[in-house]
Amino acid sequence: MDRIPILKLGEALLVTIQVDMHDRLAMALEEDLTTRIVDVAAKGVLIDISALEIVDSFIGRTLANIAMIAKVLDAVTVVVGMRPAVAITLVELGLSLPGVRTALNAERGMAMIRSLLDAEGMAPGEEAEGAA
Amino acid sequence: MPRSTVRIQSGEDVVRVRQEVRRIAIEAGLGLVDQTKIVTAASELARNTLDYGKGGEAAIEIVQAGPRRGVRIVFEDNGPGIADIELALKDGYSSGKGMGLGLGGAKRLCNEFAIESAPGQGTRVTVARWK
Ligand SMILES: Nc1ncnc2c1ncn2[C@@H]1O[C@H](COP(=O)(O)OP(=O)(O)O)[C@@H](O)[C@H]1O
Ligand SMILES: [Mg+2]
Repeated sequence: MDRIPILKLGEALLVTIQVDMHDRLAMALEEDLTTRIVDVAAKGVLIDISALEIVDSFIGRTLANIAMIAKVLDAVTVVVGMRPAVAITLVELGLSLPGVRTALNAERGMAMIRSLLDAEGMAPGEEAEGAA
Repeated sequence: MPRSTVRIQSGEDVVRVRQEVRRIAIEAGLGLVDQTKIVTAASELARNTLDYGKGGEAAIEIVQAGPRRGVRIVFEDNGPGIADIELALKDGYSSGKGMGLGLGGAKRLCNEFAIESAPGQGTRVTVARWK
């Protein structure tokens, strides 16, 4: 089965969802991310959904699950790039994404992760290239 | 008027339903938000057809009522049917492991919504979104 690639960028993991995910693929992503967060002791997870044309209740729940699992594993999750039409539709669908932080684009998402880690005082090594 | 039928037997077929509905919604001239709403509703209903109805099909067509154009989709399966439709429509109710937002959400996202179902009789859900 195909899998969605996960890249490591400093202390963060970066996922860009570029395909219309079927449910098993979304579940595989959840599993893979969980494993990778532990393996590389990631402090942040950035998920770029700018290519996603819809987010339904299954994909939405997957994003919420990832954020919840990451939190338990001491990592922050930021979802970036949600299209306006998707946001409007999610509200009407009745889906709230508890615990999911969002940012406009990947750059702002990374900045958000850095500042969250700085605020927690957990990214001592990051200051040089980071949030200054 | 174009019409397309997609068999729903796997998770990949649910993705195909989304793509076909998108294609036909564009052809019908629906705007981006309306397209997104009906594709999202279709994704929920196609998943129900697969997960609860044990597979079935979606028939997608462009409909015209006077000056209005829209997209109508009929989801049909020969699964176990729904005993309590009112309960099934409640937000948060799922007999499986879902979030219970599929039916209620699809109803909110469409201009027309109808369910015909009975235990042992399968399920037919019809939705439409107008321009
Ligand atoms: N095609 C179907 N056949 C049989 N039961 C169905 C069908 N579609 C929906 N249901 C029933 O309605 C319930 C609610 O559906 P839905 O709102 O989509 O929530 P979820 O899919 O998260 O369970 C399902 O849990 C199931 O019991
Ligand atoms: Mg459902």
